[in-house]
Amino acid sequence: MVGIFFTYFSLVSIAAGVLTVTLRHPVHCALSLLVLLMHVSGLFILLNAEFLWAVQVIVYVGAILVLYLFVLMLMNLKTDERYFHPSALYILGPTVLGTGYVLYLFLQSPFSGAKGDTPAAAVLQDGDTYAVGIKMFSDHLLQFEIVGIFLLGAIIGAIVLAKAPKPLDTERERL
Amino acid sequence: MIPLSAYTAVSAVLFMTGLLGVLVRRNFIIVLMSVEIMMNAANINLVAFSHYLESMAGQLVALFIIAIAAGEAAVGLAIIIVVFRGKISTNVDEMNLLKW
Repeated sequence: MVGIFFTYFSLVSIAAGVLTVTLRHPVHCALSLLVLLMHVSGLFILLNAEFLWAVQVIVYVGAILVLYLFVLMLMNLKTDERYFHPSALYILGPTVLGTGYVLYLFLQSPFSGAKGDTPAAAVLQDGDTYAVGIKMFSDHLLQFEIVGIFLLGAIIGAIVLAKAPKPLDTERERL
Repeated sequence: MIPLSAYTAVSAVLFMTGLLGVLVRRNFIIVLMSVEIMMNAANINLVAFSHYLESMAGQLVALFIIAIAAGEAAVGLAIIIVVFRGKISTNVDEMNLLKW
């Protein structure tokens, strides 16, 4: 049962990723990115990460993707005739070869290592949100604060960048 | 039980797709979307390792990555709006404002 869900989520997310890169109209690309994000959140559910599933749906789909769609609809882009880079075929081959080699290495390696302190049973007992919260506010508090400062800086930067410039010159000419 | 390497394989293919999108597409907004695809591939890897190695740290890093993706999207789209206001197209080949 889990295998069926894993196959579905992974295949649909890969297909949606390919569509995001290859579709012509930017709004269609954004909508297939939506499909990709939803199916990646399904993979999170399979990995017992319900809190990350909720964050993915709320933040990625609800905030980031809507921001992309807003900008796309604000700018009313014309779709180019040639929307790929001219030397796309020269890039495609090395990338596919490199990823194939990495995949070959992945499928061979056992990935065994030292286990951490939260096994799946402990996560399932109290819920993923509890485990993430305990870990974040005990061991990773400084990173949490840094992310807060970073988001504040990003908000201020976005506002300053996107603000309409004042018509300073016309007022000076009147004076 | 799904092996860990299956998750890393999905993540590698998704990352390749995003990388190709960054290299190949000419529209700046689609390039930003491809960066989001790459971040999602990294998130799958982090959460899968967090589950299989029984540690919570991977999920925390994935949370921070989502926060950083939000900041990156906000600033990147603001830059696109500024560039588009100056009557320059969003084609990455034609953006050379800072070229000396």
